[in-house]
Amino acid sequence: MSKTAVQFRHNGSDVAVFVDGGANLLMTLREGLGDTAPKYGCGQGTCGVCTVLIDGEPHLSCLTLAETVAGRSVETADGLKNGPDLHPLQDAFMDHFAAQCGFCTPGMLMAAKALLDRNPQPTREEVVEAISGNICRCTGYEPIINAILAAAGTRGARRA
Amino acid sequence: MAITVRTFEKLGDAASAVMSDRGARFLAGGTLVMRAINEGDVAITTIVRTSDPALTQIRTAGARIELGAGVTMAQILANRDLAFLHPAARIVGGPAVRNMATVGGNLFAHAPYGDFTAALLALGATVSVSGGYSASDTPLDEFLSARDRGGTRGLVASVTLARPAAPDAFRFRKVSRVKPKGIAVLSIAALLPVAGGRIAGARVAYNGLSPAPMRARGVERALEGRSLDEAGIAPAIAACAEGISPSDDAIASAWYRREILPVHLKRLLLGQA
Ligand SMILES: Cc1cc2nc3c(=O)[nH]c(=O)nc-3n(C[C@H](O)[C@H](O)[C@H](O)COP(=O)(O)OP(=O)(O)OC[C@H]3O[C@@H](n4cnc5c(N)ncnc54)[C@H](O)[C@@H]3O)c2cc1C
Ligand code: FES
Ligand code: FES
Repeated sequence: MSKTAVQFRHNGSDVAVFVDGGANLLMTLREGLGDTAPKYGCGQGTCGVCTVLIDGEPHLSCLTLAETVAGRSVETADGLKNGPDLHPLQDAFMDHFAAQCGFCTPGMLMAAKALLDRNPQPTREEVVEAISGNICRCTGYEPIINAILAAAGTRGARRA
Repeated sequence: MAITVRTFEKLGDAASAVMSDRGARFLAGGTLVMRAINEGDVAITTIVRTSDPALTQIRTAGARIELGAGVTMAQILANRDLAFLHPAARIVGGPAVRNMATVGGNLFAHAPYGDFTAALLALGATVSVSGGYSASDTPLDEFLSARDRGGTRGLVASVTLARPAAPDAFRFRKVSRVKPKGIAVLSIAALLPVAGGRIAGARVAYNGLSPAPMRARGVERALEGRSLDEAGIAPAIAACAEGISPSDDAIASAWYRREILPVHLKRLLLGQA
């Protein structure tokens, strides 16, 4: 079976990768491009650990047919840092102990980034909603919510 | 096994491709199709897609609203003219699912999924199919019966519905155990037109209480000519289980679903939180 070339922007760089028919974006990122930031949890859309941003909006890469991102922009947690500088969300996750085993963290960060990019001053309720498709089995969610609010707080979060 | 992916510019060509190949599956948002592929569903040998822009269009200008089958839940939430549909679109999965999940795909989602379809059923939506047995609009009730008999052919182009006369005339409630996002224990949608303080022509639909979203015809009959107060809705509550056939699943038992249905129907009809 022949492979298809798919070109897209990956964390700001143009890339081309050959994919098998039916391949999902998660495996394409991990195995085709070596970007292991998005994780494989369930492959069913349930855990959110594979969350990436496609054209700025959160999507589940395990349920995205790789070919559908041709010509689009894909952002993963690997692209958050700027050289040695972490993204404010990554700093806030460290400061607020929002990662324990860390498995959910790449998906949580991308869900949170999508929220803050659109709504820099979210309420607590909006943060809960934004990460509602992401499961964490360690933290009990409170530290994650607090970290996202703190990252927003550098820009003055509303409290509600 | 690698799968063949075929992308067509026109929905009609995609419909022909699906109808001529038993192993072909149309891919919309992919939240159910890709899940099946990830689980190793060998029945899918070809994925059919379309880039037809008509599929993602929303028309709200006239008396009837038309939603392209490829419109996502996120698109509906971003459209202020569709505010009455927001409660039903907002509860489909989390934000990432809503960026992918389409109106057309929801029509084929099996229980306990299909919450948005229950809303469309209560709103009296019709379904327009490309390449199928009927070119004209089919009432959603008939479409869902055909779906369950395996009799839907072709691809859904759009659904059309009338805007409720008053904002409060359409109500939607999803009951789930995980908050704010969770699979439905059940959901209820109700179109409750009022004339002279009395209900006239109610349409009530359930999801999660039968294999496909269903009309609650006993409730509809019992509401006719009644007012929306404790005494007025009592016959409707008494009739609420007519025709339901809930299942036991990991979310809830059939018994639990039957027990909570009257509680939530009552709250919905009385406008309680
Ligand atoms: C984590 C998660 C949570 C979910 N939560 C909910 C929920 O709360 N409520 C709910 O109702 N659903 C839920 N779903 C199910 C699903 O996401 C939705 O039902 C969605 O609307 C399906 O649309 P899709 O575009 O992704 O479908 P796809 O996966 O693309 O397609 C589903 C089926 O419909 C067929 N199809 C799609 N479009 C057409 C068309 N135009 N014509 C003919 N056939 C078509 C496909 O061939 C396929 O058989 C959830 C799914 C996941 C993964
Ligand atoms: S791996 Fe994609 S949602 Fe779990
Ligand atoms: S930190 Fe372990 S799953 Fe979230």
